[in-house]
Amino acid sequence: MTDRVREITYRDAVREAIREALLADPSVFLMGEDVGRYGGCYAVTKGLLDEFGPERIRDTPLSESAFVGAGIGAALGGMRPIVEIMTVNFSLLALDQIVNNAATIRHMSGGQFEVPVVIRMATGAGRQLAAQHSHSLEGWYAHIPGLKVVTPATLEDARFMLAAALADPNPVLIFEHVMLYNRSGVLPADAVPVDIRSAIVRRPGKDLTLVTYGGTLFKTLDAAEILAKEGVGAEVIDLRVLRPLDAETLLASVRKTRRAVIVDEGWRSGSLSAEISARIMEGAFWELDAPVGRVCSAEVPIPYPHHLEEAALPQPAAIVAAAKAALGG
Amino acid sequence: MSKASAIKPQLSREHLLGLLAGMVRIRRFEEKCAELYQQEKIRGFLHLYIGEEAIAVGAMQVLTPADAVVATYREHGHALARGVAMDAVMAEMYGKAEGCSGGRGGSMHLFDAPTRFYGGNAIVGGGLPLAVGLALAEKMQRRDGIAACFFGEGAVAEGEFHESLNLAELWRLPLLFVCENNLYAMGTRLERSESQPDIHIKAQSYNVPAEVVDGMDVVAVEAATRRACAAIRGGGGPALLECRTYRFRAHSMFDPQLYRDRAEIEDWKQRDPIDRLALWMRETGTLHDTDLTAIESQIAAEVEHGVVFAESGHWEPVAELTRDVYAGEGVP
Repeated sequence: MTDRVREITYRDAVREAIREALLADPSVFLMGEDVGRYGGCYAVTKGLLDEFGPERIRDTPLSESAFVGAGIGAALGGMRPIVEIMTVNFSLLALDQIVNNAATIRHMSGGQFEVPVVIRMATGAGRQLAAQHSHSLEGWYAHIPGLKVVTPATLEDARFMLAAALADPNPVLIFEHVMLYNRSGVLPADAVPVDIRSAIVRRPGKDLTLVTYGGTLFKTLDAAEILAKEGVGAEVIDLRVLRPLDAETLLASVRKTRRAVIVDEGWRSGSLSAEISARIMEGAFWELDAPVGRVCSAEVPIPYPHHLEEAALPQPAAIVAAAKAALGG
Repeated sequence: MSKASAIKPQLSREHLLGLLAGMVRIRRFEEKCAELYQQEKIRGFLHLYIGEEAIAVGAMQVLTPADAVVATYREHGHALARGVAMDAVMAEMYGKAEGCSGGRGGSMHLFDAPTRFYGGNAIVGGGLPLAVGLALAEKMQRRDGIAACFFGEGAVAEGEFHESLNLAELWRLPLLFVCENNLYAMGTRLERSESQPDIHIKAQSYNVPAEVVDGMDVVAVEAATRRACAAIRGGGGPALLECRTYRFRAHSMFDPQLYRDRAEIEDWKQRDPIDRLALWMRETGTLHDTDLTAIESQIAAEVEHGVVFAESGHWEPVAELTRDVYAGEGVP
């Protein structure tokens, strides 16, 4: 078995996925700011320009609306574009194209046209990049009918979600948390493709359910480990897909454990965590033994200093505390 | 017919009659739409193209079925001139399932896959990046088509105009930008919103070849489009036409037109593209007395057929509300 596993980083897993897609399908191409000559601002696309050339690895001007819209238009025209936006904060400059075009055209045209575009972007805090590079706005996009929103947290998902996204005829947004790029681990050489439909139980447990995704998955698993040492069995659910939500996996767990805490790096107000809480109320209210708890980012623009940034984000200690509160401790 | 003089002799009577009929067809269709709006058969917003017909009709002469077209929320004329069936457009105005967008879009969102008509986009400027992508797809797939993008002068104030011109030229994409400069972005006159009101100059600053065209002269529009498309198809990258025109009607049916003088409207009506072409054709002996009668009666029948078609269409069942939010059925 050992010769069938290999050490790989999340960054390299994403790059392998892009490379595989480019090799597999001539209609796939990549475009975005500094994806070519620079190699990607998080070095994800390093080396791809040399291998595939400037026609398929397209450096764009700093025109988020135009190049995201061009990705949508190219998808309408028969291509399978992968558009990279440096961070979710920059994607706000392309909101018109994503929300008013990508998400609407299939329905508004009576199903005549489809937009099989994949838009990747970095999200989240932890690198002391302050309030215009650190936010977690994926929950906003999960509000929009017509979009699919996925959040690969593990190496397997970083490696294989892209292929599933490209095979999907709908617009798919992939959010890669910035603190995951350097994570490394072993990926089985015969790892199998993944879907972009379902949530998954990352750690089984019987006492309560911790619901999370993306950058907070490993903090939540750390919290579950701490809880285990104290005799509490926390089940950890990785949502993986924020839209459409796999409510069944979520509810099956909550019906079993009867208690839930949601961990989300997004803000609490008007948020994805609020939506998940509501789904639990709608689907498992009578099976709950405690109010649904939430651990979210402090409601502030993410600050620059390390200690303030850490204080603003969900941390294992806060997750453990919320879990204990749900357990009546 | 200033700029057209050079190519006038090449124009056959048959072709000119086609141009005339194309404009009259849009005019009569929209007059009927205004009437149907008053009767509350058509709801929502209704933006009429009346006065600007020469642009869509002139430009569409040059586009081939392989080309992709992107338009705005004032796009009835473009859809009709492109070849979307009038029945299907009228049914769409009603919101009926037989409409060209299945009734989902209405007046502002006409879509039609068979004619590569990629919509009525109701976000000012929002169609330009799409057209860039459609042109990119043509180029990357080594196909012969180009993309044509129609937009008003109001879009020039949007960042998407500037980003799209820059990107199209940078990547030398086969893309025809057609700016329909009717002087008013809703109620804001061009000079009140642009420090440089000469739009073709803005295009030139991105190295995009641009030409000013008399948008009330269908022959001039066609001729300019032929020149631009020849260059684009020859690998010359994008081009822009600034067609100077005027809408004779209000911005939408809710607009009391407090922002412009009656005299100005009347002055522009003297340049009515339909009357101008008809007058010139009469002077040159290419329009016979019976021609207009025949055109009008044929179009009246087509419009009437469209109304009957729309009236007899059906409403999409509510059970299908969520169909096509995503590919396949039933994704909540």
